[in-house]
Amino acid sequence: MSKKTLIPIGPYHPLQEEPELFKLYCDGEIVKDIKWETGYNHRGIEKLSESKTYEQIFFLVERICGICSNSHPFAFANAVEEIADIELTNRAKYIRTIIAELERIHSHLLWVGLAGHFLGYNTVFMWAWKYREPTLDLFEMISGNRNSYAMFKVGGVRRDIEEAKIPVIQKVLDDIKKKTDLLTGAVMDDPVIHARTKGVGILTKQDVIDYGAVGPTARASGLAIDVRKDDPYAAYPLVNWKVITAEAGDVFAKAQVRLLEMYESISIIEQCLDGLKKEKEGAIEVKVKEIPEGIGNGRAEAPRGEVFHFVQSDGSNSPVRHKIRAPSYVNIATFRKSCVGQTIADATISLAAVDPCYCCTERMAVAYDNSSGKKILNAKELIDLSILKTAEIKKTLSGRNE
Amino acid sequence: MDTKTIIGEFKEKFKSAILGEVAKNEKRVIISIKPDSILKVADYLYKTDGFRFIIASALHTKEGFEIHYHFSKDEIGLILNIHVLLDKNKPEIESLSNMFNASNWIEREMHELLGINFLNHPNQEKLISEGNWAEGIYPLRKEFKNS
Repeated sequence: MSKKTLIPIGPYHPLQEEPELFKLYCDGEIVKDIKWETGYNHRGIEKLSESKTYEQIFFLVERICGICSNSHPFAFANAVEEIADIELTNRAKYIRTIIAELERIHSHLLWVGLAGHFLGYNTVFMWAWKYREPTLDLFEMISGNRNSYAMFKVGGVRRDIEEAKIPVIQKVLDDIKKKTDLLTGAVMDDPVIHARTKGVGILTKQDVIDYGAVGPTARASGLAIDVRKDDPYAAYPLVNWKVITAEAGDVFAKAQVRLLEMYESISIIEQCLDGLKKEKEGAIEVKVKEIPEGIGNGRAEAPRGEVFHFVQSDGSNSPVRHKIRAPSYVNIATFRKSCVGQTIADATISLAAVDPCYCCTERMAVAYDNSSGKKILNAKELIDLSILKTAEIKKTLSGRNE
Repeated sequence: MDTKTIIGEFKEKFKSAILGEVAKNEKRVIISIKPDSILKVADYLYKTDGFRFIIASALHTKEGFEIHYHFSKDEIGLILNIHVLLDKNKPEIESLSNMFNASNWIEREMHELLGINFLNHPNQEKLISEGNWAEGIYPLRKEFKNS
């Protein structure tokens, strides 16, 4: 009988919404099974939310995730505004949408950089993170914070985007568009990236439906689900854009979806800026007297997929129940399909393809020999293994060209 | 297919299991059903009607334990909440995890945080607090106070 090796990845991921431990059971180089443990950093936010007022909860849910810190307040606002039947002013809708799409751009750039790093393309990592900086500067200009922008409140937004800021935002968008061209070209035309990502970590359409996966993870498998289109909120029904999908379901398709989505985000922001120019006089919030009794199902499309908030109100100033479902909750479970059968070198990129912010993998993945309990591979060596595979493919491909 | 047709056909098919309905608008419908018909209802929604299982939210109220199963019909932006009320003293209901994997984690979570038992769940182990939480204390029940 062959010996199985256990490779734990995790548990501590300070940059991930949900710190988790993944145990890869390997036979030789092939991943045979994957198991997970979660809850290492459970903060009890749902319970805590029951003791906060509706205004306070915005700041609480904003801290669920650092990368997409706007999507939780967005979904929560949608849920509460559904209970209270609040219709936003157009200006508030545009500002909310601009913030959400800027966030999508910075989140996708972050992912492209990390994926590049895992594949041994550290230049891509440096580029992507450098191009991401100006979007964070925009957040600082608009909200005063580079992260956790505190922009949302029931009935509108807390800060306006004045006319003088619009050309600054436009200039950054123009720059990002050029850089996205560069990155998309580098990823789409590189034969080595094709060799490392095509046919790797495939999720079929049926897997996606079975696991209820959402966002780019689902769209890369040919399932055109996007809350912004299906259940439009804020300014999404007022602007023109299209849902990006791919059919293959592999890592390459997921990269493709994310890169092309950035162009859509840029276009959405530009249309919203035009909208702001037209609606100069509008208010940015409507007055809300009270939240009546009722049930609200709010959702918003975060960079990683649908965020869902269920809020039940009894008419008091805090909810009776507040259930939160982040997109990674359903996306991470798909690892069982995307990683099993892969080599260890491909597992890193398959795990990263779902975008669970795997920046920390290199600090915690360690491979143990199952029988002796001896460390055989540490995290750095795991990524090195992935980088080595890229180097070997490069060598083979260049040999073929000669 | 619009909401009216879908909900109409659903109500026709499960006439005897339905206890109540609240339709807020075209995109938000809540239907209360008898807990013992959850498997048939979920099977119909998932396999026949092509609904996606978003998540389930459980809550503890005076009447007992309530679960809202959130299903989404993405083509028309409809969220259908299937609502069940479970017994105060012995909350249990059939698991949906043998039908789709999407409910596997959330059922384990509800079992752990509220003590609802999911019958025939493939693996009802603790999801969040393995090894660092007392048995039989359920933090999302109302008698459990913060601080």
